[in-house]
Amino acid sequence: MSDYILEMNGISKEFTGVKALSNVNFKVERGEIHFLVGENGAGKSTLMKVLSGVYPFGNYSGDIVFNNEVQQFNKISDSVDVGIAIIYQELALFPDLTVYENIFVGNEIQKGGILDWNKAIVEAKKMLTKVGLKVNPETFIKDLGVGKQQLVEIAKALSKEVKLLILDEPTAALNEDDSENLLQLLLELKKQGITSIMISHKLKEVTAIADKATVLRDGETICTLDGSKGEITEESIIKNMVGREIEDIYPKRPKKDFGANVLELSNWTAYDPLLGRNVVSNVNLEVKQGEIVGIAGLMGSGRTELALSIFGNAAKYKIQGDLLLEGQSGKFKHPSEAIKAGIAYVTEDRKGDGLFLQQDIKSNISIGNLKNISPNGFVNENEEIVIAQGYRESLGIKTPSLQQLVGNLSGGNQQKVSLGKWLFVGPKLLILDEPTRGIDVGAKFEIYTVMNELINKGMSIIMISSELGEVLGMSDRVYVMAEGEIKGELSQEQASQEKIMELATQ
Amino acid sequence: MKYINELKGLLKHNIRDYGMYIALIVIMITFQILTNGLFMSSRNISNLLDSAGYIAVLAVGVMLVIVIRHIDLSIGFLAGFLGAVAAILLMQFNMPVFIVIPIILILGICAGSATGFLVAKVGIPAFVATLAGWLIYRGAILLATEKTGTIIVDNDAFNAIGNGYIPSIAEVGGFHLLTLLVGLVGILFYIYSAIKNRKNKIKYEFDVVSKPIFVLQLLFVSGIMGYITWLLAGYNGFSWTVMIILLVVLVYHFITTKTVIGRHIYSVGSNPEAAHLTGINVSKITFLVFGSMGMLSALSGILFTARLQSATTTAGTLFELDAIAAAFVGGVSAAGGVGKVTGAVIGAIVMATLTNGMNLLGVGIAPQYMIRGGVLALAVIFDVMTRKQRA
Repeated sequence: MSDYILEMNGISKEFTGVKALSNVNFKVERGEIHFLVGENGAGKSTLMKVLSGVYPFGNYSGDIVFNNEVQQFNKISDSVDVGIAIIYQELALFPDLTVYENIFVGNEIQKGGILDWNKAIVEAKKMLTKVGLKVNPETFIKDLGVGKQQLVEIAKALSKEVKLLILDEPTAALNEDDSENLLQLLLELKKQGITSIMISHKLKEVTAIADKATVLRDGETICTLDGSKGEITEESIIKNMVGREIEDIYPKRPKKDFGANVLELSNWTAYDPLLGRNVVSNVNLEVKQGEIVGIAGLMGSGRTELALSIFGNAAKYKIQGDLLLEGQSGKFKHPSEAIKAGIAYVTEDRKGDGLFLQQDIKSNISIGNLKNISPNGFVNENEEIVIAQGYRESLGIKTPSLQQLVGNLSGGNQQKVSLGKWLFVGPKLLILDEPTRGIDVGAKFEIYTVMNELINKGMSIIMISSELGEVLGMSDRVYVMAEGEIKGELSQEQASQEKIMELATQ
Repeated sequence: MKYINELKGLLKHNIRDYGMYIALIVIMITFQILTNGLFMSSRNISNLLDSAGYIAVLAVGVMLVIVIRHIDLSIGFLAGFLGAVAAILLMQFNMPVFIVIPIILILGICAGSATGFLVAKVGIPAFVATLAGWLIYRGAILLATEKTGTIIVDNDAFNAIGNGYIPSIAEVGGFHLLTLLVGLVGILFYIYSAIKNRKNKIKYEFDVVSKPIFVLQLLFVSGIMGYITWLLAGYNGFSWTVMIILLVVLVYHFITTKTVIGRHIYSVGSNPEAAHLTGINVSKITFLVFGSMGMLSALSGILFTARLQSATTTAGTLFELDAIAAAFVGGVSAAGGVGKVTGAVIGAIVMATLTNGMNLLGVGIAPQYMIRGGVLALAVIFDVMTRKQRA
């Protein structure tokens, strides 16, 4: 009889119409290092949010058994109280506070409401030794590198007498050395009896230290591999991660010859002054007329940053390298210049930075090219309605009225509005960032059909996607990105889920 | 019964738009009863509208500033300062009115653009940048009026802006003819545009209210417009201040609802990131909105100075807060992207009505402030609640 510290039984969770988790079973034995792997959107983070009480009890179905007791977490602090600590990819530290203040924030050492900072410093030192971090506890967080900040997070968890430590892609932002240190630390903590769950896309890490690895796919548990039985190999993980047959939801289009290069990037590098590193480095890429070029890669691999750097340097990076648009050198300083030159960008986060949710459908569609229907600066509302009506029909936007606020539409219809907005601008090159995230299969098919129609009309498309099926089903050619670089280029014939995963998890 | 249900539904769905009109009518009727009919007298209403003028134009400007998610605290003293400059130009430099007014408006645009530069280009939070402006213009008024103290303006043409009335042409049975004509044209214009709008909507299969309700709506609004015209025509007619407010409302309403610039302003307020990624120049819009704010501050300064017929050392004190309060009462959303020109003006009138009515009733200044504060809080609570209901 195994000693499980955690059993999650039959967990299901739904976001307005989209099943994020269905009947997931996840069991972790005491004292092991258990990896949770799967593609983006497989449900890993959602599962961990259910576990840590981000989604309160009743918001999901199924049971959480921790330390042999059924738990009902209503808020995050409930899970902290029983000894579960979660460390997110985006660190939750306060950069302007010191290391020891960060370690004890929310858990301050006090006597009758008065803080005992001296004791806190002493205790903080003990925690820092445990995680092998040699810094003065009075250092400010902002003066530490990301790797060390990660360790402070772990020290913070340890100070709360953590029994189960969850790390969500802890090494995504770390360099080789720091990643190695972190893995060693996990092994060290394991000796001290702390159980860890780690989400990671780097399969080398999984094979190096995992006792068990559970694979999620499309919100379901696929299998749990046991390292002691030699089941954890890169091949077996990839096979289980992608194992889905490519469904027939990708409309066929006839093979054809492509035109001249629409976009050419050479030695394209973008430096983000806020992060202090290159988010895109040394990218060489070309897109031909009438082609759909897929850009695959995991989240944080620099795909969106690449798109933003092409699209008028919308994020204000420092850019090096050359961009040729239809053979003309393009140095765009603002999205408006890129738009004028014929580039459009449908953002990944349609609610966050794509649409105007408080405005109606017609205003959202017309906004990118209002000047075209506004002689002397006065909007011709009749023409605006006619145009919006046209896209409503051609894209199949399901709505009772064009006056409907975009915030009230479903995800698929919102995405169609986004698409309509950019088609009205009439670009030569359309960059789609995760064009079908969070929308249902029917709407996906409609969007794919529209994409095919567009390239038939001579448009070129760059499609950024985390969904391998989509990348394989829709692209004529695929670039795989990781760590801001292009790790490989695959023709339609060469591309397979395994090959892409291999390049993306390097 | 069908129509009553429709009316109920209409009220429920558009409660945010109708709320302040209903509030205004309720407040007015309450005062009418409490003052035994004194409140709705021709003379009082004329007075009330004139006293709302300089806040109303500020409220329109600051409404747009709030729509793009900023704030402007400097507008009160900027108005006061520019009013003083106008007085100096008129009295000490003996410049004619038709030159002074454009100069002051241009100075206002310059001052607003300076704020716009700090906010849009340098990236200083608007609160801080305009707080600095608040202090600077406060000092500037004192400097301008230091030697002379209050500057008396005895230029009749200028003072007419704040106190005069449009010429009547002829009296018809004791009524002011031109006022009646202006009112009539206004009503006809309203009916014409409402019908045209409805026809258009029907043509494109948009939702419209049923015909009887539409007629009711037309009658109701025309009735109110007619009643106010009739009230004012019975006294001295429309004042120049009212005409200026109407002009500002017309121009700004048109810009915000019918032009590319207007759409861009609301888009920037609704989602600045999306606006940027749509190719809208967010900093240009910010410049523009602050520039217009500066111009309206100048206009407010002119109205106030003309009304008092003098520039005082304390002119402009707390105007900014009255204007911001009026904008919020008028339904502008602190989250950005939502707000109407008509709302801001109605908000200013609501606040002026409260002051006026309570003055008539002899309510002390202390409870007056508290009541106005309460109304502001209620307006925003109402806004937040109805927004939740819709989401």
